[in-house]
Amino acid sequence: MKISLFLGCLVPNRYPGIEKATGICLEKLGIDWKELEGASCCPAPGVFRSFDESTWLALASRNITSSETDGRDVLTICNGCYGSLADANLKLKNSPLLKEQANSHLSQIGCHFDGTVDVRHIIEFLYSEIGVQEIKEKIVRPLDLKVAVHYGCHMLKPSSSRATSSVERPYVFDELVEALGCTSVDYPDKMECCGAGGGVRSALGETALAITEHKLGKIEGADVDCIVEACPFCHMQFDAGQVSLAGKGREFGIPVIHYSQLLALSLGYSPEDVGINLNEMDCSDFCNLLSK
Amino acid sequence: MAGAPSIEEVIEDFNVLKCMQCGVCSGSCPSGRQASLNVRRLVRKIGRDHAAISDESLWMCTTCYNCQERCPRGIEIVDAILAMRSIAAHEGLILERHRHVANLLQEHGHAVPIDNAHKEKRIQLGLNSLPSTVHSHPDDLKDVKRLLSSCGFGEITGGEAQ
Repeated sequence: MKISLFLGCLVPNRYPGIEKATGICLEKLGIDWKELEGASCCPAPGVFRSFDESTWLALASRNITSSETDGRDVLTICNGCYGSLADANLKLKNSPLLKEQANSHLSQIGCHFDGTVDVRHIIEFLYSEIGVQEIKEKIVRPLDLKVAVHYGCHMLKPSSSRATSSVERPYVFDELVEALGCTSVDYPDKMECCGAGGGVRSALGETALAITEHKLGKIEGADVDCIVEACPFCHMQFDAGQVSLAGKGREFGIPVIHYSQLLALSLGYSPEDVGINLNEMDCSDFCNLLSK
Repeated sequence: MAGAPSIEEVIEDFNVLKCMQCGVCSGSCPSGRQASLNVRRLVRKIGRDHAAISDESLWMCTTCYNCQERCPRGIEIVDAILAMRSIAAHEGLILERHRHVANLLQEHGHAVPIDNAHKEKRIQLGLNSLPSTVHSHPDDLKDVKRLLSSCGFGEITGGEAQ
């Protein structure tokens, strides 16, 4: 399985620790990978897909086309990038009309979308291509952590265009987390949104934050060591969101980690190696706990 | 220039008139718990009132897809909301912050471009200060700009602020 890693915007430009951690994991797992050079914004589904479908499909198809040239599936490490690119890929593969329209735009830059590769999400990819058992065998430091797993929305939904199974009671992500020695603790509203998506964070920040506060309240009650997600937008919403909420007198103090970072920790890397100390909120207690 | 669908197409394509107003959508909506978004009412409005395109609650949807997954009538609610937003955007109804994000995309090829603080974080991690995206490839950024122009994106987002 050959893949090209699609970085998107938030991972390289806000949470580069996730970029570093993902590279470490892919290397250690022996995956044939390279970065998708020259990629742009996916483009972000909540805002740009909302504005204009043709623009969304043209930009998304350019990103996919770069990977087609190499015969590599596109690997995403963000639910938003996954939602945008997987939905666009499927639409273009299924509709000759939309494909023709996208290609007429792409012809101006000498590109052509053929529809020959798939778009993958790192959780689905690791689960189906590597498997829980092999990951268990690769880890060198089991992590004795109680974890609130946050799936986020677009890894699983809309289910009509996703490879994963259950929307209401999924287990794939939990199994990957527990493979590293962690305990995935159940909590109310586990499948609920972080609040950021759909352009709500960017334009209506207080509404997004109210949704985040609700979810954090449920996680707080589960008494966990950290939140683990697989999306930098959820990551940012929980991490920067806790800083905003603390400013309003509501302290949670729950560190937020992307699955790539958690996996890299279990492969023997330090919290500083993968930038957990570079979160917006102070994670020094958590970093000390991990460094013991 | 690319076009938006008509409201009639939205109603037809996404089964909007199958709604029986059961409220499963509203009961499943994380935004509805916190803000004035009432999905059940919004679906009814889309089905009978063209003023739905200026309903501000259209933009409160986080696109979590709970309502669409659970709708017992198979209405593609989120897809309908996205299509209604597109009609609104083509008529110039775009929130100021969204217009700002659109401008960032047009200028940098990223909705969230790099800044100095995060270049520092990258260097601290042993990464290049700029990622291997359009940030490191000016020719690719030119291609992205050419595509955006071919789609007429600037004309859609360049109108007066709401």
